[in-house]
Amino acid sequence: MDLLIIWETLPKFLAAIPTTLLLTFSSLAIGLLMAIPLAVLRLSKNPLLWMPVYGFVLMFRGTPLLVQLFLIYYGSGQFREFFESVGLWTYFRDPWFGAILALTLNTAAYTTEIIRGGILGVPHGEVEAARACGMSGFLLFRRIVMPKAARIAFPAYTNEIIFLLQATSLVSLIPITDITKVATTTAARSFDFFELYITVAVIYIVLVYGLNGVFKRIEYWMSGHLRERPDADTPPRDAVVEETGGMR
Amino acid sequence: MLLDLHGYGWMLMEGLKVTLLVGLCSLALSMVFGLLGAWAKLSASKAARRIAETYTIVIRGIPELVLILLIYYGSSTLVLRVSEALGAKVRLDLDPFTSGVITLGFIYGAFTTEVFRGAFLAVPVGQIEAAKAAGMNRILRFRRIILPQMLRYALPGLGNVWMVLIKATALMSAIQAEELVRKAEIAAGATREPFTFYFAVLLIFLGITLVSMQVLRLLEAWSERGVRRA
Repeated sequence: MDLLIIWETLPKFLAAIPTTLLLTFSSLAIGLLMAIPLAVLRLSKNPLLWMPVYGFVLMFRGTPLLVQLFLIYYGSGQFREFFESVGLWTYFRDPWFGAILALTLNTAAYTTEIIRGGILGVPHGEVEAARACGMSGFLLFRRIVMPKAARIAFPAYTNEIIFLLQATSLVSLIPITDITKVATTTAARSFDFFELYITVAVIYIVLVYGLNGVFKRIEYWMSGHLRERPDADTPPRDAVVEETGGMR
Repeated sequence: MLLDLHGYGWMLMEGLKVTLLVGLCSLALSMVFGLLGAWAKLSASKAARRIAETYTIVIRGIPELVLILLIYYGSSTLVLRVSEALGAKVRLDLDPFTSGVITLGFIYGAFTTEVFRGAFLAVPVGQIEAAKAAGMNRILRFRRIILPQMLRYALPGLGNVWMVLIKATALMSAIQAEELVRKAEIAAGATREPFTFYFAVLLIFLGITLVSMQVLRLLEAWSERGVRRA
């Protein structure tokens, strides 16, 4: 083990952590904003509304993120003249734009399914009670359905955040210097592949479990009204199966 | 045809073969790791439980791409360093295929561990007791009573792992394994039409997902053919 190279590269790694986090959270934020209306459309009974959303979700969940990323970033080059003519080429030639677009669409598709699950988990009695109180439409959605659905969907969504954080490592395959890319470029010169990739792995583990700890805290705080049954926190079998659901 | 592949279609087909082969080999390997992991997690030995726990925790914290790069590029560096320190010079040259299959099998082994653990726990204790009472030894009990039922309970979870795993094979293009994405990369470079080829690959993966969903539905129905429903 050559510890010196790790020490020498550490500043570069630390400088790349904001890149990884920025990619993760900007895609998450835009993705979430897209996913809420999409989930509502997905649950509509009108096939003209739910079928396009179903297609979008299937497209982005059923194919590898890497192919989506390459299709958007490298694929757009094939239509350069077109993009230039409509003035969008400055965006599409920028790897950051391609990366955030691909990550956003991808996470939007997964989040749509998560929120859909949350909305379906809202007990019908609560909706009925709200209707009896005279609420309907957007008010009912905002006051009753969404808060409850958010609480139900939260654990699955935190998984999605962690999977997306890890998925940002794919941007190292296009010209963006994230944590993974620092190791690749440094090792290409010094051949210390083992030491550098191990460092990357450790950084991700710290980020993942750091975030995970924060989420567990929030979850604990959110579920205060449910806490008097200490035997209730063994996850049902489906929850275990669900864990791979968000991986790309 | 909508997509003009300029005669590179056969190359994508070869890539598809490699992708499916990699997927199936990794799935098989992950089931081996998963059975070992589940056995360790449920074992009475504290050390075994600790090791399995560490395995699943560590794997879930590292992106697949990083592990693929680490094992492919890092393993030869590590072997060289260690052997040099011991006075010999051993070169380990893993080809991308083997290295990728080992890595993906190892990663998804962590997920099949959880699947198999849950499936084992779903087998009613009474049946295991009954098998003991009937005089079956450990191996016979596992083979006749536990394993067949476990596989049924594990099927949806394994299907889930397969769907995720087959998409993860795309990452092996980063170590130049000749699978679909790598082939598309080559074809896109030669024809200067990246969109055409990546889009074709996207559609192929979508096809794999749709076929897998259908096959899994049939498999699950088949595996539950003897189960009485309320």
